[in-house]
Amino acid sequence: MLPISTDFQQDYFALFNLPLRFQIDSNALEQHYRALQTQVHPDKFSHLSQSEQRLSMQWATRVNEAYQTLHSPLARGRYLLSLHGVDTQEDTNTAMPLDFLMQQMELREVLEAARQNKDMAALDEMEAQVKQTVSELQQKLALELDEKQDYATASGLVRKLKFMEKVAEEIGAAFDELDS
Amino acid sequence: MALLQISEPGLSAAPHQHRLAVGIDLGTTNSLVATVRNSISVVLNDDDGAALLPSVVRYAADGSVQVGLPAQTAQNTDPQNTILSVKRFMGRGLKDVGDVVDLPYRLVDAPGMLQLRTVAGVKSPVEVSAEILKILRDRAERSLGGALVGAVITVPAYFDDAQRQATKDAARLAGINVLRLINEPTAAAIAYGLDNASEGVYAVYDLGGGTFDISILRLSKGVFEVLATNGDSALGGDDFDQRIYCWVLEKSGLSQLSANDTRLLLTHARAAKEQLSEYVQTQITAVLSGGELVDFALTRDDFYVMTQNLLTRTLQPTRRALRDAKLSVDEVKGVVMVGGSTRMPQVQRAVAEFFKQTPLTNLDPDKVVALGAAIQANVLAGNRSEDDWLLLDVIPLSLGIETMGGLVEKIMPRNSTIPSARAQEFTTYKDGQTALSIHVVQGERELVSDCRSLAKFELRGIPPMVAGSARIRVTFQVDADGLLSVSARETNSGVEAAVAVRPAYGLHEDDITRMLQDGNQHARDDMLARALREQQTEARQLLEAVENALAQDGALLGETEIKQIRTCMDNLRSVVDVSDHSAIKHGIDVLNQATVGFAQKRMDQSVARALKGRKMSELEN
Repeated sequence: MLPISTDFQQDYFALFNLPLRFQIDSNALEQHYRALQTQVHPDKFSHLSQSEQRLSMQWATRVNEAYQTLHSPLARGRYLLSLHGVDTQEDTNTAMPLDFLMQQMELREVLEAARQNKDMAALDEMEAQVKQTVSELQQKLALELDEKQDYATASGLVRKLKFMEKVAEEIGAAFDELDS
Repeated sequence: MALLQISEPGLSAAPHQHRLAVGIDLGTTNSLVATVRNSISVVLNDDDGAALLPSVVRYAADGSVQVGLPAQTAQNTDPQNTILSVKRFMGRGLKDVGDVVDLPYRLVDAPGMLQLRTVAGVKSPVEVSAEILKILRDRAERSLGGALVGAVITVPAYFDDAQRQATKDAARLAGINVLRLINEPTAAAIAYGLDNASEGVYAVYDLGGGTFDISILRLSKGVFEVLATNGDSALGGDDFDQRIYCWVLEKSGLSQLSANDTRLLLTHARAAKEQLSEYVQTQITAVLSGGELVDFALTRDDFYVMTQNLLTRTLQPTRRALRDAKLSVDEVKGVVMVGGSTRMPQVQRAVAEFFKQTPLTNLDPDKVVALGAAIQANVLAGNRSEDDWLLLDVIPLSLGIETMGGLVEKIMPRNSTIPSARAQEFTTYKDGQTALSIHVVQGERELVSDCRSLAKFELRGIPPMVAGSARIRVTFQVDADGLLSVSARETNSGVEAAVAVRPAYGLHEDDITRMLQDGNQHARDDMLARALREQQTEARQLLEAVENALAQDGALLGETEIKQIRTCMDNLRSVVDVSDHSAIKHGIDVLNQATVGFAQKRMDQSVARALKGRKMSELEN
């Protein structure tokens, strides 16, 4: 058998043998991730030469990075757009639609009230609501990226997802705070 | 050979010598050493048949050191020179250690890590731990009949970088080659998982003498994937003793006890705690140095009440870990109990209530960590194991850097799978700014002052630019031991700076050398002999590895390349039995260099095979 040349620069989708799409088979991703780590992880090389140890460390790091990127819908969307040459401008472009900003402000008010009142039930409800919104945004993102190839709209959706992820983090922090 | 453990016909591994490797559980209360013998992980006992070595070190005025039982016996009579639970001090400053007033030691504040004043001089916790490790190393080498290739040492999952570094330093001081630091709950999961061939999500609840860890793992087709870990590196069985001790003080109206009396009562408190795991009531009876009689009955119920909030403190991190893993209690298939403190009935009850199931206790909670570490050591040493499995662990705490206003910008979030690399861009805030100070911190809080400072370094020589136009890319790399290195690069000019994070209070290379030289001449000769032996072992391993690689994948190389590698191998072979460790080292380096391209080709081939193999199995399904 001729060795297939494995390009270290290949994209993450290719690394895991997945089609270049937002909607992925998450089972296949996990299986390929484990299969790859089983081959390249430093634990498999600890008794071998330094060059093999160093390569293994680089590969394992890359496989982890690739898996983290594809595993998270937000990171996956952002990465897919970057492969299409589109920068999502999450830090610079804050011009969000008015209704979305209103919703964000509302969410933060509810969160603050729940924290003040130590209201776990309110937090639970809020978490469910955020999950629902995130899931809807992901479906829209899949449509824009995989069907319509409308990358500008997709970029806007990634920015919205980023906002929602921040809210989710803050809810998590509030749970921790109420718990201690 | 072990590198490509793929069952492909005709690629049988060459037989090789079994390499001596051990797993060491360096515990707060007790320490153990285990190894894999005939494919079974076993704990190695001392000459008297005892598996547990009490983690107690006593220093005498003549410089002699006692470790284990003899030291433990002296704890009440010589408390200031008899160090217990030294693990609580590893990588810790004076301000980090709670309840100092109730410990009978003379603690010395030192930058970063506190030290202990003993009759034999001031000792760092690293030195004290090294004494314990030396005993275990000797035990293992005598029992196995040869020098160790190395050891896997376990640390609490929630240990931060400073505590891990301190542990590694202690091992080096004890002359142990550290194959890997692994997290205690993960080690326990390996021991359980390989035993039961289980699949699914497991929680490991590890309450030791001084630390609490909770880890959530997924076991799937031979891969142990840690999903989340959390804990409290200053909560353990000692705190339960402390509660009883405080209760005794309160009942008796005593205060301002001498060091001897403090230790005496703490010893009684611990005995009472252990009694209450078996009986519903116990009697605490002691006569203090001034003749005062302490005599109280303590019931299990009272003990439960006074320790209730310690249990609550273990459930908070547990909830956090589940939240981080995005799992609910119902999705946890089994709960593994680790650590001697999980013998307390109230702990088992609290865990059972929380997880709505009876926790698993079929492996000895004192031994399970060492047993798992030995299994991992066996694999890392290159001994083939029958089942091919892999461990994917995470970092317990977020890593970040200080930004304007004393705020932390997280670069690598907690529970990132290691090895891992993350990069982020920063910029200058002043016009013409030519240097940037980079402060690396660890922790979850937003303010730098609430996190642990790991390192500071400067990036200098940035060309003067308008504020905000420099592009400084800071890269964090965490290796498979969970240790961090950081580099910074200004991308317009290419100016670079890097630091391997050794905490300011960690030991530096010079300290280790000095400590090693402080030993007597005999010990020094011993060290040199050991260094030579280690170098020879490494050379032989490398030769064997390359030989196997050539036998297996020689076809990937041209004739010239093979010849070149062969020449380097012959050179190394010609020096390996000569007593010149620098010549051996040189030979190793040259051979390593010569095999870089070969390693690359082999790695490409394994990566290609990983996916190819996957497709095959999918077709079969």
